[in-house]
Amino acid sequence: MRVDVIMPQMGESIAEGTLTKWLKKPGEKVSRDEPIFEISTDKVDAEIPSPSAGVLAEVKVQEGQTVPINTVVALIETDGSATATASQAPAAPAKESSAPAAPAKAPAAQADGAPSPKAPPASRPQAQPAPASSGKPEFPKAAAMAAAGASEEEIRRVRSSPVVRKIAEEQNVDISRLQGTGSGGRVTKKDILSAIDSGGASAGAASGGAAGGATQRAPGPVTHMPAYAPGERVEIVPMTNMRKKIAEHMILSQETSAHVTQVTEVDMQATMKLRAKHKAAFEERNGAPLTVTAFMVRAAVEALKAFPVVNSSIDGDNIVYKKDLNIGIAVALDWGLIVPVIRNAGDLSLSGIAKAVRDLADRARSKKLSPDEVQGGTFTITNPGGFGSLFGTPIINQPQVAIMGVGSIDKRPVVVDDAIAIHYVCYMTLSFDHRLIDGAVGAQFMSHVKETLQEARFPDIA
Amino acid sequence: MASTAPHFEPPSRALPRAARRLCEARWLGRIEYGEALALQERASRALKDAQFAGTRADETLLLLEHPPVITLGRNAAEADVLAGAERLAALGVTVEKTNRGGQVTYHGPGQLVGYPILDLNPDRRDVGRYLRDLEEALIRMLATYGITAGRSPGATGVWVGEAKIAAIGVHLSRWVTTHGFALNVTTDLDAFSLIVPCGLKTRGVTSMQRLLGRPVDLEEVARRFVPEFASIFGREVALDAAAVPEGH
Repeated sequence: MRVDVIMPQMGESIAEGTLTKWLKKPGEKVSRDEPIFEISTDKVDAEIPSPSAGVLAEVKVQEGQTVPINTVVALIETDGSATATASQAPAAPAKESSAPAAPAKAPAAQADGAPSPKAPPASRPQAQPAPASSGKPEFPKAAAMAAAGASEEEIRRVRSSPVVRKIAEEQNVDISRLQGTGSGGRVTKKDILSAIDSGGASAGAASGGAAGGATQRAPGPVTHMPAYAPGERVEIVPMTNMRKKIAEHMILSQETSAHVTQVTEVDMQATMKLRAKHKAAFEERNGAPLTVTAFMVRAAVEALKAFPVVNSSIDGDNIVYKKDLNIGIAVALDWGLIVPVIRNAGDLSLSGIAKAVRDLADRARSKKLSPDEVQGGTFTITNPGGFGSLFGTPIINQPQVAIMGVGSIDKRPVVVDDAIAIHYVCYMTLSFDHRLIDGAVGAQFMSHVKETLQEARFPDIA
Repeated sequence: MASTAPHFEPPSRALPRAARRLCEARWLGRIEYGEALALQERASRALKDAQFAGTRADETLLLLEHPPVITLGRNAAEADVLAGAERLAALGVTVEKTNRGGQVTYHGPGQLVGYPILDLNPDRRDVGRYLRDLEEALIRMLATYGITAGRSPGATGVWVGEAKIAAIGVHLSRWVTTHGFALNVTTDLDAFSLIVPCGLKTRGVTSMQRLLGRPVDLEEVARRFVPEFASIFGREVALDAAAVPEGH
């Protein structure tokens, strides 16, 4: 499918922009967020990133032309086959299908004559790919595909997994008539089993069109609220593969672990001072910035060595202690979230960690992480403070048993030797699996982290 | 049309303390254009890395002066460089093409050059506002010397009467800024005869020295600029490497 590239809005008072340079030629491949053209407005030049991965199919505005904002300047042909590169591509959802309507961005409802909600132009990477955080989109793909003339078989395939299809076949159940509770309205194994149990899903037993989402169900507790009412003004955007995976992973984790979160206050003054002192020389020497993240990883590593249970997994009735400290770093992307892993962080110096962080962040951005670089983590650090949150209560990255959250680092009044001082302070959290880790151990672990940071124990900084 | 009558937009309000970002201001003295470019690139890269890592990197304000150099912005016309190659070589003036906005300008000794490397995400994603804010910080700083400067509608920069005292040109990548402003402090204004500044054929240039009738210390100007910049941009700005003040 083709995605519009538009002249972005660069500011309130700016109504137009001059396209000064194409950085890509028609026919060239572009990755999402890669700069594809440059614009100029008054005294400002800016690089504009591509809204999608694909091939620059058509250039509609030539270098030197000035056009109003939101003008379509180019079209990008998104490549269905590139979805093979897994979670990082904003994949078209129905990749097996050659059906014409597999819209990644277009409103799904337009083909069936329903009033088409105005689609906001997709110039910037879409930070919120799906407005579905509070509910699950219901049949969006199926409805769109049905409207577009897709076969029942295609609809079934989109809305289920091979296992579910097999069960459906054996039990003679029509998947397209089931209300899925999985991500994107998928029919999960649980859905189909409960439908079979309740007897409400055999072919012909259920009525109601997919579009209305009004499939009749056997009486029982309401387990799934419709995401929108018929006629409600909505825009339906299929989740990207990455978003679907994140959603599945989060729910899996919530269902797996007994989550508990503890909050610890850490006085960051000594570490921030140490950082300021060594920052320039460190970067000069190592070619990587001395980030707070590097200190956090280092502090966590020391604590993990002292409390190996935090670096373990649960396997049935066994505790699996991991000998390597592979620290995942949650990296926020414009298009989602990825957790690259610093391998053997236990053997790395502060500079080794800083370089690894830089390298992984770089490659996360340019989508050059290989699959094994986002696997095999034994403990994860996430940083809700990066966006200003005081602290977070993160969800454990399965099959790990703990995740450390770093809140914002702010100056606050603190009591030092019975006097009030202004120090950098940070709220740090540990979410852990209470099946395995007791509160006391969690607290001791975080005390260890806290001591390392408060006393700035980083002897290998220089 | 070229009035210096106040054309101010309301000054930006400082953010509440907790949301303030740390910006490290560095006085670099005289530094080659290419060298400063590399520093800008590095600082900009750190901010973009932090965007992706979800961490917070410090911002940077580079304050410096360049040896004589003519820089061509993206919109520059070659014809705006009036002097021939031989004359430029004789004067020791190099010519650099850059990716900033704007046209052609001259940098040289006695000119305060400021390169703010800021991440305008999430609350300042507006190029017009950014330009007006830069102008405002300069106007306020000039006021501390008793110089009444202003804006000229449609001509970005800072003006005193009919003459331009500071030029502005900016590059944005993921809303991270590079390049910035050049303020004539004790600049040899004759050097501007080598070019058509900013493509403006009819208007002149001026300097703080010309307006005040006395030499002005460049580093002192830089020092006075920092607090104005900090208050306009809502940043906590620490001059030089002392990014973390003594707590107690």
